Amino acid sequence: MDRRSLVSLIAALGLSVVASACKKVEPAAGTGSGSAGKPSAGEIVIGHYGSMTGNTAHFGQDTDKAARLAIEQLNAQGGVIGRKLRLVTLDTRGDGAEAANAVSRLIDVEKVHALFGEVASSLSLAGGRIAQRRQIPMVSPSSTNPKVTEVGDFIFRVCFIDPFQGKVMATFARQTLKLDKVAILKDVKNDYSIGLSDAFKVAFVAAGGAIPVEQSYSAGDTDFSAQITAIKGSGAQAIWVPGYYSEVGAIARTADRLGVKLPLLGGDGWDAPDLFKIGGQALTGSYFSNHFAPDTAAPKAQKFVADFKAKYAKEPTGLGALGYDGIWVLADAIKRAGSTEPKALRDALATTKDLEVVTGKITIDKNRNPEKSAVVLKIEDGKAKFAALVAP
Amino acid sequence: MRLARRLAVVVALGLTLYGVQLLLSGGVIEYVQRIILLAGINIILAVGLNLISGTTGQFSIGHAGFMAVGAYGAAFFGTQLAPGIAGALGAGAAADALTFNLALVIGAVLAGLAGLLVGAPSLRLRGDYLAVVTLGFGEIIRILFNNAQFLGAATGYFGDSPAGLPPYTNFFWVYAWAIAIVVMIRNLTFSQTGRSLSAIREDEIAAEAMATPTTRLKVLAFSLSAAAAGVAGGLFAHMQSGVRPEDFRFDKSIDMIVMIIIGGLGSISGAVVGGIFLAVSLELMRDLQQYRLVLYALLLIVIMLVRPAGLFGSRELSDVLRARFSRAPSAGSGVAK
Amino acid sequence: MVQLLQQILNGLSLGSIYALIALGYTMVYGILKLINFAHGEVFMVGAYTGYYAAISLGIEHYGAASFPLLLALVVLLLAMAASALLGVTIELFAYRPVRSAPRLTPLITAIGVSLLLQNAAMLLFSPNPRPYPPILREVRFELGGVIVTNVKLTIFAVAIVLMLGLHWFIQRTWTGKAMRAVSVNLDAARLMGIDTNRIIRSTFAVGSALAAAGGILFGLDQIMVSPLMGVLTGLKAFVAAVLGGIGNIRGAVLGGLLIGLAEQLTAGYLSPDYRDAITFVILIVILILRPQGLLGVVRAEKV
Repeated sequence: MDRRSLVSLIAALGLSVVASACKKVEPAAGTGSGSAGKPSAGEIVIGHYGSMTGNTAHFGQDTDKAARLAIEQLNAQGGVIGRKLRLVTLDTRGDGAEAANAVSRLIDVEKVHALFGEVASSLSLAGGRIAQRRQIPMVSPSSTNPKVTEVGDFIFRVCFIDPFQGKVMATFARQTLKLDKVAILKDVKNDYSIGLSDAFKVAFVAAGGAIPVEQSYSAGDTDFSAQITAIKGSGAQAIWVPGYYSEVGAIARTADRLGVKLPLLGGDGWDAPDLFKIGGQALTGSYFSNHFAPDTAAPKAQKFVADFKAKYAKEPTGLGALGYDGIWVLADAIKRAGSTEPKALRDALATTKDLEVVTGKITIDKNRNPEKSAVVLKIEDGKAKFAALVAP
Repeated sequence: MRLARRLAVVVALGLTLYGVQLLLSGGVIEYVQRIILLAGINIILAVGLNLISGTTGQFSIGHAGFMAVGAYGAAFFGTQLAPGIAGALGAGAAADALTFNLALVIGAVLAGLAGLLVGAPSLRLRGDYLAVVTLGFGEIIRILFNNAQFLGAATGYFGDSPAGLPPYTNFFWVYAWAIAIVVMIRNLTFSQTGRSLSAIREDEIAAEAMATPTTRLKVLAFSLSAAAAGVAGGLFAHMQSGVRPEDFRFDKSIDMIVMIIIGGLGSISGAVVGGIFLAVSLELMRDLQQYRLVLYALLLIVIMLVRPAGLFGSRELSDVLRARFSRAPSAGSGVAK
Repeated sequence: MVQLLQQILNGLSLGSIYALIALGYTMVYGILKLINFAHGEVFMVGAYTGYYAAISLGIEHYGAASFPLLLALVVLLLAMAASALLGVTIELFAYRPVRSAPRLTPLITAIGVSLLLQNAAMLLFSPNPRPYPPILREVRFELGGVIVTNVKLTIFAVAIVLMLGLHWFIQRTWTGKAMRAVSVNLDAARLMGIDTNRIIRSTFAVGSALAAAGGILFGLDQIMVSPLMGVLTGLKAFVAAVLGGIGNIRGAVLGGLLIGLAEQLTAGYLSPDYRDAITFVILIVILILRPQGLLGVVRAEKV
């Protein structure tokens, strides 16, 4: 009996190991991990590390879809410097240690020429340190924490950073909406939210505004009645909610339910179709800053929206647009460098100038951040509509 | 004579480790190196947890909290001490080594203290209750770190430079510490004190009746296992370039439990095997991304149903080998089931 | 003052949901001395069953009009039935085989089942939180400054009805009496001719059904549901059961309400960051000061 159960245990363990080694299971479309091993001669391999599973799976998946669209279109035009592009995607599961593992695997096993990722700043930091140490250029599509590009000279990004975003919304609140008092409701479990909140506070107070009360919540919370009740009595004219869409929607509903009819203000973390499903009518009259407006008139952006819709049967989010642009920036840099040699690619990325992309015109500054504008969107009739364009 | 022999063994081990370290950094890709390091860290976690949950029979599912204490402690104090030590010894390998090990020790001591604080009130409780209380403490510790502004709160602690914490962790240190801890715990387990711990597991009331200071011993074992988790935490931190509260969720505590269950509750060899298995299989299962955690949970259930004793039961590898290769039945060391 | 009343109201409604879940924990522990770690996931499955039931009954076609009460009831019953089935299945496959094993084994098995359900749910239902369908269209009204909604009132109504129903079941029916007997002494009950396996199954079924009701109410009140919703909520409900005295049904209700209140008041007056921590603090305090719980009795352990 004892011998038999030992054998069955070892069999179970062995089976699980063998099953995984077989690699027969194809992950869901869009997250194809590619085959391990040497890239075929002349291919340019870009390694994408993103959250494909876990509770920010939305972010990684949107970015990946758009990136693949860009790669497809580039390859249809004959590739870059005569070589085809290939995207290898590894899942970070929203975890820091996983991000580091993924990047190390992309560099050592998949032998990527450049890294692409992540959306969440803390994960970009985890992966970026390895990229910098190994001297492989990395482009983050959507990490907005200033620290990400401070890691080193191989790390770039294509989105604006939080201090800028906070200032954009603070200025908008003060000058366009003419607000004097704005309460803050931030997510303390989320460094993006904390960073953006601080940026807003600094800018708003500097512009002469006041913050009557600051409240906080944790990602995953569902009950915000305590915080809203506290804000209700503070005399605030609006609430700054720089969090992710899932809580923002619920916060809007709670505010509505408790009779608090103040407009909500937020950042690009709001950008997801589910925001409207969750927040419903409660979000009407709220504003948030983003990387691009879906109802934009710019022809390049319109084409992107149309192409994305054609391929994936849904509208792209700002993250998708940034994912697309990130690949485009990389491709442009490769073209100008004439090779995928890491240092040459790094230098080409650093000298990106006036590149027309979906989210505007990108010029990479000396801190490896882009100088570009932000759009402010207003929510009306369950949709986000363009309200203002703010240049740096 | 004995001392000289022991010293010789230690030096030989040290040289071997160093040799392997050189081999690895030269010939093996970083990705695989990381897995080997993680395996070593797991060994420390598993053997530490096994002391309290396996040998002493006090089930704890909040040990990730102690790992966090050790990680933050080592990271923070390492950063504070580094400039001073570098000033005294001159920047270089010696200074780094001293800073790192000092930081690890501080982290371990802090974790051990945390273990004392948690253990003292909790260890009066029985099985299921103890499990839930340790879970609670694990979460409280994590929430505290999540709100601690001077340690970076939710963003995490990355030391002084934007490049993060210095990557002190390498094969040599991880496995030096692992070997040291395994030897220490092994000696403890097969000593008189260790027998008392096993007695507590078998029948606490009887042990108490035999004048064993059960509470004191339980708390001691708990603190030691917390300290071990602290060392693992410190090593982990300096591999990740930063410490985030998110790295020490309940999932991590569950990982530790799976390690000792697979190997066999109460077996040190089992804990070592379990630790290695987890690190390796988790990476191998990467392609089964989404199914990974489901398979993992299924494995846990199946083990419980089919062979709750795990691979080694509560025996050690030496017992298994001895039984295999000798005619006479082996009495086994420790308490055989 | 108004704020205090508001927080108390919110705390009691949250607490009622915790109470419904706690009942399941306490009943199972009473007869099997087992902490059913998977109970939180049963709660989650109940909520999701309600979600899909509502959708398949066409809730999206109602738009601004209200979902018919009759259909809402159907949704509730379907969810309760599904969870009851799940609870019984778990008992059959995961707990029964290890019932005679040393205490540690069923504990680990329970943790395994819990993890399995969480991750399976993330695979099946996608890990993103999603909004609950408006099975009850929310109507707000003010009573002296305090905002009350029909959802909150429904929570109280449903919770009270179910608890009274449970009380009647335990006290007045044969099965209920058998349950009480089994919780006092399983072997003696078996000797008296009670089919203990059947009673254990029924206990799991009833406890799970109550948790499912809690799940739907949670969805209506908190709006967001996710595959991991059972983890923290389940843990809090467990603490509630312990607070009241595990094995004691009235204790579970009392504990649930107290935990709900404590959580809401902490969030409102101390800081929302500590709303989860307070539950653990209460757990530790109660286990150290009065381990048998508020309404529990001290049982001497026979050697």
